[in-house]
Amino acid sequence: MPPRDSITARNDEDLLQNHPSPGKSRGPLAVGVAMLRNLWRRLTSMRTALVLLFLLALASLPGALLPQWSTGRAKTAQYILDHPTIGPWLNRLGLFNVFSAPWFAAVYLLLFISLIGCLTPRSWELLRQIRTGPPATAPRNLSRLPHHATVTITGDAAETARHVRDRLRQSGVGGWRTATRTEPDGAVVVAAEKGYLRDVGNLVFHFSLVGLLLSVAVGGMFGYEGTVLVTEGDGFCASSPIAYDDFRPGPLVNATTMTPFCVDVDAFHAAYTPQGQATTFRADIRFQDGADLGTDTWQRRALQVNDPLRFSGDRLYLLGHGYTPTFRITYPDGQVRTYAQPFAPEDSMFTSQGAIKVTDPPGYSGDDLRQNQLAIVGIFAPTAVVTGGIMSSGFPSPLDPGVAVDVYRGDLGMGSGIPQSVFAIDTAQVANGSLVKKAHANLSPGQSITLGDGTKITFTGVKQFVSLQTSYDPAQDWALISVILLIAGLMGSLLIKRRRVWYRIRSDSTAAGRAGALAVEVGGLARTDQAGYGREFASLVGLACSHKTYAAGDSPARAGKGA
Amino acid sequence: MTMADVESVAVVWQLASRVSDLTFEGALAGYVTALACHAVEFASRRAVPSAEVSAAVPANAAAGAVALLTRQGEDPADAGQDEAPGSAARPGWGERFGKAAVLVAGIGFTMNVLSLITRGMAAHRAPWGNMYEIVSLMCAVAAGAWLVAVNRAKVRRIGLFVMFPIAVLSFVAGTVLYTPAGSLVPALQSYWLVVHVLAVAISSGMLMLCGVASAMYIVRTRYDLRRGRGAGARSLLARLPSPDVLDRIAYRTAIVAFPLFTFAVVAGALWAEAAWGRYWGWDPKETTALITWILYAGYLHARATSGWRGSRAAWISILGFASIMFNLFVVNMVVSGLHSYAGLN
Repeated sequence: MPPRDSITARNDEDLLQNHPSPGKSRGPLAVGVAMLRNLWRRLTSMRTALVLLFLLALASLPGALLPQWSTGRAKTAQYILDHPTIGPWLNRLGLFNVFSAPWFAAVYLLLFISLIGCLTPRSWELLRQIRTGPPATAPRNLSRLPHHATVTITGDAAETARHVRDRLRQSGVGGWRTATRTEPDGAVVVAAEKGYLRDVGNLVFHFSLVGLLLSVAVGGMFGYEGTVLVTEGDGFCASSPIAYDDFRPGPLVNATTMTPFCVDVDAFHAAYTPQGQATTFRADIRFQDGADLGTDTWQRRALQVNDPLRFSGDRLYLLGHGYTPTFRITYPDGQVRTYAQPFAPEDSMFTSQGAIKVTDPPGYSGDDLRQNQLAIVGIFAPTAVVTGGIMSSGFPSPLDPGVAVDVYRGDLGMGSGIPQSVFAIDTAQVANGSLVKKAHANLSPGQSITLGDGTKITFTGVKQFVSLQTSYDPAQDWALISVILLIAGLMGSLLIKRRRVWYRIRSDSTAAGRAGALAVEVGGLARTDQAGYGREFASLVGLACSHKTYAAGDSPARAGKGA
Repeated sequence: MTMADVESVAVVWQLASRVSDLTFEGALAGYVTALACHAVEFASRRAVPSAEVSAAVPANAAAGAVALLTRQGEDPADAGQDEAPGSAARPGWGERFGKAAVLVAGIGFTMNVLSLITRGMAAHRAPWGNMYEIVSLMCAVAAGAWLVAVNRAKVRRIGLFVMFPIAVLSFVAGTVLYTPAGSLVPALQSYWLVVHVLAVAISSGMLMLCGVASAMYIVRTRYDLRRGRGAGARSLLARLPSPDVLDRIAYRTAIVAFPLFTFAVVAGALWAEAAWGRYWGWDPKETTALITWILYAGYLHARATSGWRGSRAAWISILGFASIMFNLFVVNMVVSGLHSYAGLN
């Protein structure tokens, strides 16, 4: 492989040579400064950057291979239970929380410091180069360059130089920048360089990476996500985190400045293929924000997957759906109450699991109330199929809904302070005898069971619920701008070629006896990827010959090594 | 529409689906045959084809009688092969099989493209909605990139190693991954599917060629070292193109594929923002894509860093392709995440 131009690469040796070592008499301060400077140089060297880059890839790997708290809480907990020896250790090392682990942050912060430390001096250097153009000095021996040719023409040296310079400058986009100089022995040199945009692209690419990192950081700090399940006919008003079932704020979110808005879900529609594969989801919602809040002015909108509602910085998404079975309980004292609770879908046919918890049954008070709480726990199936006594769903649409439920009476254990899942009861309460199973039944809509004390539980029907998510990320647009610049810079830095060419024009001493014979020596150097420069170089050489003073009868001498 | 119209439309769809399956089998047959022909070419005694030894000095008509000297190895795309010319009398069997291999690979590629087009007609959507279709598209892109490379850079002698992963992947696609033409779940019904998955498949297909060239680079430089010590003079590996040529193929595919891959990841992020409420959420697929991106960024930097260019850079490129394959197969089929759309359940 030919020696590569060292300017293209960050090169530690170069850096070290450019800086003379500190003076001979070294105080402790000088030694300290020298060490720091050495450390800085090493950190900003290309090799260190490469090592850090691979460390970053390596550090991300557990994030792809192990379940993560951020994306799968239940799965991560299960993984730790399944691996009792290494699980807790992996957890302590942050391997289930890779992307907020301190060691992960250490790698990318070092990488970005190295990046900035390298980019800043290069930016100044590039600015200087663009301002001044190529240096007019040519290498003494052009035949040593990777591309080299000599042609003999007739004409005037100064005029040929002017011609070459003009032609170079004309040559289209990303044109050449030139400098002309007359050497002490009378030879005229035209030096030219092009492709500065490549380095501009390179810098834009790297700086937009920094911009992207900052956008991600700001978004993570000030952004939030909240999810909520809403049954058809219900709604929610988001003005504080309490409105959500699950709220995940960044560390710097100020909950009092959240954008308030209200949403009512009128209906949810889903269509399925005969095999039960979904083809469309649509939630018809009404929505109000800003000045409309508190009034009767609503905007109607269909919310669909891949089509969020965007308003004043926030976005509202339709993430999922499921079923909310409804029950009517007739109490022994004659009171009638209705209950509805979303059940969590367990499979693609929407066999769902859930629990309805009655914490305040009428007719009791004080300690009695706590001892007589009710729970309806079990399975809901939109198209009920019972095989071997177990109910599951045969189709995701509510063609033949059914529930298979157990009814419990006793203390639900809600006062213990430990938050309970809304989809299940605390089985510890059943195990310690505080909660007693009173009945079991498979019910179709309209059917009911009656408990020993006369309480009558009727399965009245089913509604659908939607899972909605609000997302807020103040830096999202900046991230987008960063990646657009990133791609543009990347393409520039990979596809634009940086090239140099020198012409040395002197009167030809070998062509004795012929007046006005000129030897034009041309040398070319690809400062980046060499590929393809051969052909281009040939036409660059042709520039010198196309000058009208070229004598047709002349047979240009072939020169250079190996000729 | 009348009932008869509906029926005739259904018949057309079924026909398109059938044609798609048949042409895919044809493509697979083409790739396997090309693989076999390349194997014969690679193993044959007179493997160095005369036609590939072009003039060492690039002619340039515009420069007239100007003579140029380009240093050896500077511009191998122009300078042709570095192997000594064989007997130029008539093409040997190796040469014939080599030419046949490229021809058959071209037929396979055409069938592959036809299969994708008819698949799109049968399912009336972009034909890259499940793993079978995506792998099929990747194979078509890799085969297309190979046909371009073989025409431009005269590197037919690595054909065996290029056709091998293409043939294996299209076989896996046609057997394990095969899914009948069908509609997509609502989450995939987005124009981002067209953009994001297409960009992923094209860049992955091109990076397959990059990976093979890098692997061959390592094999060839190791062989050169061995030969430098006086061993392996009669090895088949002497027929591989020079390390310079292999490095150039890897680099040139990478500089086109890497920006495209970057765009694919960005398009994925834009889609994720519209579908899941955030542009980046460290889903296993996203994380692995980032690792792939870092590896290829590392490859391009390593190639310009003293002490890293050469074999080390080539290893990085191979790792990069390994992570693409990992992301395609393991993350889709083993690790569960938001991207579990293999369509294999």
